[in-house]
Amino acid sequence: MNIHEYQAKEIFASHGLPVPGGKVATTVDEAVALANGFGLPCMVKSQVLTGGRGKAGGIKFCPTIDDVRKHAGNILGMDIKGHIVRKVLVTPAVDIASEYYVGMLIDRNTKRVLLMASAEGGVEIEQVAKENPDAILKQSIDPRYGLLDHEAMDMGLRLCPEDVKKARQLAAAMQKLYRAFVEADASLAEINPFIFTPDGTGHAIDAKVNLDDNALFRHPGYEALRDLEAEDPGERAAREAGLSFVKLSGNVGCLVNGAGLAMATMDLVNYYGGQPANFLDIGGSSNPEKVVNALTIILEDPEVKAILFNIFGGITRCDDVANGIIKATQMMDINVPIVVRLTGTNEAEGRALLAKTALHPAQTMDEAVQKAIELAGK
Amino acid sequence: MAIFVDKDTRVVVQGITGRDGGFHTREMMAYGTRVVAGCTPGRGGQKFEGSVPVFDTVKQAVQETGANTSVIFVPPAGAAGAIMEAADAGCTLIVCITEGVPTVDMVKAWPYVQEKGARLIGPNCPGLLAPGIAKLGILPASIVKEGPVGLVSRSGTLTYEVVFQLTAAGLGQTTCLGIGGDPVIGTNFLDAIEAFNADPATEAFVMIGEIGGDAEEKAAAYIKAHVKKPVVSFIAGRTAPPGKRMGHAGAIVSGGSGTAAEKKKALEAAGIPVADRPMDIVPKLKEIWKR
Repeated sequence: MNIHEYQAKEIFASHGLPVPGGKVATTVDEAVALANGFGLPCMVKSQVLTGGRGKAGGIKFCPTIDDVRKHAGNILGMDIKGHIVRKVLVTPAVDIASEYYVGMLIDRNTKRVLLMASAEGGVEIEQVAKENPDAILKQSIDPRYGLLDHEAMDMGLRLCPEDVKKARQLAAAMQKLYRAFVEADASLAEINPFIFTPDGTGHAIDAKVNLDDNALFRHPGYEALRDLEAEDPGERAAREAGLSFVKLSGNVGCLVNGAGLAMATMDLVNYYGGQPANFLDIGGSSNPEKVVNALTIILEDPEVKAILFNIFGGITRCDDVANGIIKATQMMDINVPIVVRLTGTNEAEGRALLAKTALHPAQTMDEAVQKAIELAGK
Repeated sequence: MAIFVDKDTRVVVQGITGRDGGFHTREMMAYGTRVVAGCTPGRGGQKFEGSVPVFDTVKQAVQETGANTSVIFVPPAGAAGAIMEAADAGCTLIVCITEGVPTVDMVKAWPYVQEKGARLIGPNCPGLLAPGIAKLGILPASIVKEGPVGLVSRSGTLTYEVVFQLTAAGLGQTTCLGIGGDPVIGTNFLDAIEAFNADPATEAFVMIGEIGGDAEEKAAAYIKAHVKKPVVSFIAGRTAPPGKRMGHAGAIVSGGSGTAAEKKKALEAAGIPVADRPMDIVPKLKEIWKR
């Protein structure tokens, strides 16, 4: 789950990271009131779940209240890469003397948290990684000990060799960020940039945190951080129904058991010149209710002109699955063609059941995909 | 022959009294796997299916039955703890089927497993099936056949699809291994490929990858340098949009890396054919495999 800057900053602040004060506003008047409270100059920052906010004009420096009024008015409602701005963060502006990148993520190869830092702060780290990979310092963190004092200080001094006081502040920030990462069950945590003011005080002025969906069960409070308005309605309904769903832009709706097979099915639709409407993993069950939920979500999309079930039975019996699909389609009013591919245990029985219905049975994945594309084009 | 398992594999199932654990234990036993014990805290003293003794701890199970392998069906909150318990009890092979284990838990469990010298497969995986030897996990026994092909995959049902096609083409398997779809997993592609390369019974193998991370690229470099056996690959997720988790926690293109195109390029540069469709895997393998 991705969360907004202001929410990430709340997590950071609770772990003692130096985050400037700030509050979110949903209207221009609220933004103005907040700016009056914090004092000027201040920043007005769009809160959307995407990068490149500054470039899009979604982050503005405001020396006067008139600027706050003008910029908040422009930014609220702005479309940044398809994300509509509904909230702005109003925060005191700070003078920047120098800026750094500090971030942590899961390193799949070492199976540890990896700390990355760079003196090239304020730009996207992916860009630094491409153009100047040597500018990124790395420290792999042993989970048994956490980020040790000397490891953090070494990083701090390499980032800021000329000033031990600043190096110490960077080191402390890294250790706090590590604790925040582990305690919040993050999959990514970035301070970009961590800045020093001309008097040498450090601040985390931007924050990005992605939370591990697998760990949400032990952070009941994090459900409230979810931005329901920013979520695709289909993806929201799928999440609430316990289905794994990603909306795409094509016209062939896909219901597949298993994530790998679901991706391979989308790829195959594309291979044969069609466009998948979605990714959907329906899981192992033949429960008609689950099928109804999945079909409802897919059929909400008016672009969908055909539905493709790709089910590899494995241990689940294909006749059970066929019965589930038939029951589900009888419970609903569906006016697009449905192709069903069933393979595995009892597949002949499964297909025999489908043959008595208006559903289009198919034996192989390729046959099913081609049939679905053809029907979607009619 | 197979990788990671043999006739001496003696299994303790953690979570044997749960719905999924019970169902799949019956399937494993029906295939002839030696399930010697179960473990569910608080259920010690019971018998599963009237014959398999259930213990409160894995240590007791190992002491009483000589179990050396654990298969885990414990819910996500307790899965990493179950992995460490199995490693501490002396299990040398641990297969964790559980989906949805917090990544930070796996990061903490990994050095512990390594210190104990155990091999971990998963989590979030279908496990492995060595035809004629043992079934550890949830791979369907009906689709496999004994033979010379090794298969390693990050997926579940896509693995079944490919195994099914291999079997239909008369190509049996030494071991079908699902390593799991999470970002942090025990045994990765590289480990599996080293094992297949060293296994005299495995004459050729198939690697099923997907978007996210760079495990396929690492495997490609290893294969190029060390593997003479024929290898064919497939990568799922060419059409996946960036930044979206495609079901598996590890299947995500982030910051422009981990794409299917990058993986295909690395594999092909290492001389490994990459099938465009699952149905092209078997023909491609036959093409390069001079038997």
